[in-house]
Order: sequence, then C-alpha cells, then structure tokens
Amino acid sequence: MTIQLLFFGITADLVGDNSLDYKIDKPISIQKFKEQLVSDYKVLKNINEFVIAVNEEYANDELIIKDGDVVAIIPPVSGG
Amino acid sequence: MIERTSIKITSDTLNLQDCTNFVDDASCGGVVLFVGTVRNSTKNKTVNLLEFSAYEPMAVKELQKIADKALTLFPIYKIAIHHAVGKLKIGEVPVIIAVSSAHRKAAFEACEFAIDTLKETVPIWKKEYFDDGEIWVNSHP
Repeated sequence: MTIQLLFFGITADLVGDNSLDYKIDKPISIQKFKEQLVSDYKVLKNINEFVIAVNEEYANDELIIKDGDVVAIIPPVSGG
Repeated sequence: MIERTSIKITSDTLNLQDCTNFVDDASCGGVVLFVGTVRNSTKNKTVNLLEFSAYEPMAVKELQKIADKALTLFPIYKIAIHHAVGKLKIGEVPVIIAVSSAHRKAAFEACEFAIDTLKETVPIWKKEYFDDGEIWVNSHP
C-alpha cells in the first residue's frame, strides 16, 4: 500500500522534499505511523512536536491511515 | 443566499478595501479590521523579511472553519479572512481580518477570536530572514 506524504515548513527542509510516496504494509494508526516516520527520518527528532493531517483534516492518534491517503506532516504553525 | 464569509490565500498583495467592502452593510454600525504587518525585529534581532508558506487547500478549509465558527459564536454580519503567502518585506501585510456587526462589541470579539485561532490551527508557516541566516518560527525546541 502506498500513501502520499507532504512536508511543510521546517520538515520539508529537514527531509529535503515536499512530497513523496511512502509504503505501508497495512493500515496503521497515526500513532504507529509517527513512530515509523521518525525512525525512517531521524532528522525529524530535532524539531518540536509535529501533528498529522490526513486528506486535509487534522488527525488524532487513533485514526487509521489507509491506502491512497494523503498524509501531511504539520510542524508547529506560525501564520498571522 | 448571502455569502457571509470571504476566505483567501494569495501570493498577491492583500487589499484592505476589498475586505472592508465585502463586510460592510447598511445594517452594521461598524467594521473591525485587524491588519497584520511584518515587524522589523524579533527577540531583539533585526528581521529583514518574512516568507510565508501554506498547505493551501487545508489552510483554506481551516480559515473557513474559523469564519463559520465566528458567525455562530458572535452576533456578527460578515467576516473576511485573507492571508498572503510568499516573501514579505517589513511593513507589508500578511493577514487581514475584517468583521462587521450591528454593534461593535461582537465585531471586536469575533476579530480577536479569528486571529487567535488562525495562529493556532491554520497550516501556514513563516520563516524569518536575518543578516546571519534564517529560521522557521516555533520549530525548534
């Protein structure tokens, strides 16, 4: 299964990409996904907490990510 | 049906008059405006410019939620929230919020609610450029 990852702000700089395809073995919770992501991209350990949005909506830790989802890595926002 | 919200994210210069015109109405006793401007310093350090980037489709949705919520929380008539992206120089305007209401208190409160919530929930990020480098705001422990 493949999901699309989107990176913004500091996370795009750290990962060196704005968007990439990411394989998951099976549907996984946001909580598990975050652990897996930080393990794959250890640079993400260096920033403040980030949150996840799935298909353009903020997601809690229990939400399950499915094949084809668009998963955005949202570092602390600073608009205004 | 009357459109009571105006939401925009743009790389163009924001237009204060457009925002005022959108919310203004004969039934209203006033319009409250918040105009965010780029400040020349942060934590005693000189800032040269700011760069704003957004997760645009989601940011539009989140701005719409704020506007809709403001309409349910306060007796206001209309609300406009416009945010700029791209590089902005000192004194330029990254955000405008305009609110109209029959009585001023509701518009003041709704305007403050909107900018406070925007800063917490809308996926927009700013990078500060200094003489000796650049930094994403709020991103480092």
